[in-house]
Amino acid sequence: MSDTETRDTATHAVSSNRGRNGGQRQLNIRDEDICVEIDQLKLWYGDDQALKGIDLQIPRNRVTAFIGPSGCGKSTLLRCMNRMNDLIDNCRIEGAIRIDGQDIHDRSVDIPELRRRVGMVFQKPNPFPKSIYENVAYGLRLQGVKKRRILDEVVEKSLRQAALWDEVKDRLSENAFGLSGGQQQRLVIARAVAIEPEVLLLDEPASALDPLATLKIEELIFELKKHYTIAIVTHNMQQAARVSDYTAYLYLGELMEFNDTDTLFTNPSKKATEDYITGRHG
Amino acid sequence: MTDDSIDENFFKQHISHQFNEELEEIHSRVLAMGGLVEQQLTDAVTAMVNGDKELAQTVVTSDYKVNSMEVELDEECTHVLVRRQPTASDLRLVMAVVKTITDLERIGDEAERIGRMALHLLDDDRAVAPMKEMGAFGNHVRDMLRGSLDAVARMDAEAAVRVAQQDIQADSQYEALLQRLMDQMMKTPDSIPRVMDIVWSARSMERIGDRARNICEYVVYFVRGKDVRHTSFDEMAREATGDRG
Repeated sequence: MSDTETRDTATHAVSSNRGRNGGQRQLNIRDEDICVEIDQLKLWYGDDQALKGIDLQIPRNRVTAFIGPSGCGKSTLLRCMNRMNDLIDNCRIEGAIRIDGQDIHDRSVDIPELRRRVGMVFQKPNPFPKSIYENVAYGLRLQGVKKRRILDEVVEKSLRQAALWDEVKDRLSENAFGLSGGQQQRLVIARAVAIEPEVLLLDEPASALDPLATLKIEELIFELKKHYTIAIVTHNMQQAARVSDYTAYLYLGELMEFNDTDTLFTNPSKKATEDYITGRHG
Repeated sequence: MTDDSIDENFFKQHISHQFNEELEEIHSRVLAMGGLVEQQLTDAVTAMVNGDKELAQTVVTSDYKVNSMEVELDEECTHVLVRRQPTASDLRLVMAVVKTITDLERIGDEAERIGRMALHLLDDDRAVAPMKEMGAFGNHVRDMLRGSLDAVARMDAEAAVRVAQQDIQADSQYEALLQRLMDQMMKTPDSIPRVMDIVWSARSMERIGDRARNICEYVVYFVRGKDVRHTSFDEMAREATGDRG
């Protein structure tokens, strides 16, 4: 009977359809506008090599997650992007990191300006011992902005972007330490976005928070990527799966696999990645 | 007993808007797939009863649409499982959808089979066959399918039980039809090859009724968290109303 015949046409139709549909949602690094380009990056702390030649492209207005076991180099890699590692003695770096085509290790680069362009949020919320308002306005005041109207505008906009405005708008002059941990972390994010960075680096931004505050931060990250390029380090693989568009798996200072998050978590190309994300011994 | 917590707000309550949208998308796409399958079945039964070869051909050539919707929805469900790690009612929704679309795809195959039989059937065969009863049977299982999809749409476990119970009637209609077809074959043995096509079509309709009932069971699982497969209708009704008395 012609059952097989139908099956053939059906299969054909399905696969061509999948291609079309897949093209819409499926991300592909080749189609992306690259914001940060990391080229053969090697890093030593004294004699210990922490990064062993990382090649990675971080696309603009996407969330890229770095996962891997402790000591794999994911935080080190993140901190390279705004030259935080310069502060560490005995730290030596080879290779290049280009942001919008500019090598951040170039002599002409002004480091405070680099850190304005590449903001960072840490695991533990670190608000300054000032009012909520002054925390957010801090970066602008450093830049010499004095006009109250501008400061007011930026503070409100930043707090709205950080999904904190409604919770704090009536107590902007209160001390930031009076906020809960989750609110403090969103305040720190508001402080980071107030100076309009291009890239936001998030180092375990939710690991000190309860599950609900974590979900709020994750939802915030989803909103923020419309305006910023985001790189996030997380120990929590499920979090990486929830928030990121691309995921990089690092192990012992090497980039084992980099792919769009859907593919990496459903069909990783390396056994090492599969073992790590499924919780198996490699 | 749990509160009846599944209502129209089901897709609005997550902190993650993205998650809300993905679940709603899955839910509406399963209904779209169901609508397509229902249309296929309606057309197949009409084509068989009226001897409409053109319509039968359309049914046969349209089955690929159902298949591709199943593949896409499967992919969507995998995406939600891996990205959102759904729990509780969210997890049950995804599980129920994965199962529902499997049954919908098979119903689509049965409709295609009926369409194929309708293509073979000659007008002379139709004149002697119990086409009126076949039409009525086809409509009955189509109504069951529609009812089960309504229950999915409204996330209504009690409606699902009422639809599932119609399978009793479907089974007795099927028995009666088989009896008539067997009588006919015994009377005129040379008609057996053609009558067998009608037997297979009736069999397909009977299977569609079973699969619509399966979908109803998944609705109860989603809404109530109770697995009512392979239980009696009474048991199913008790679980659906949350009446443990």
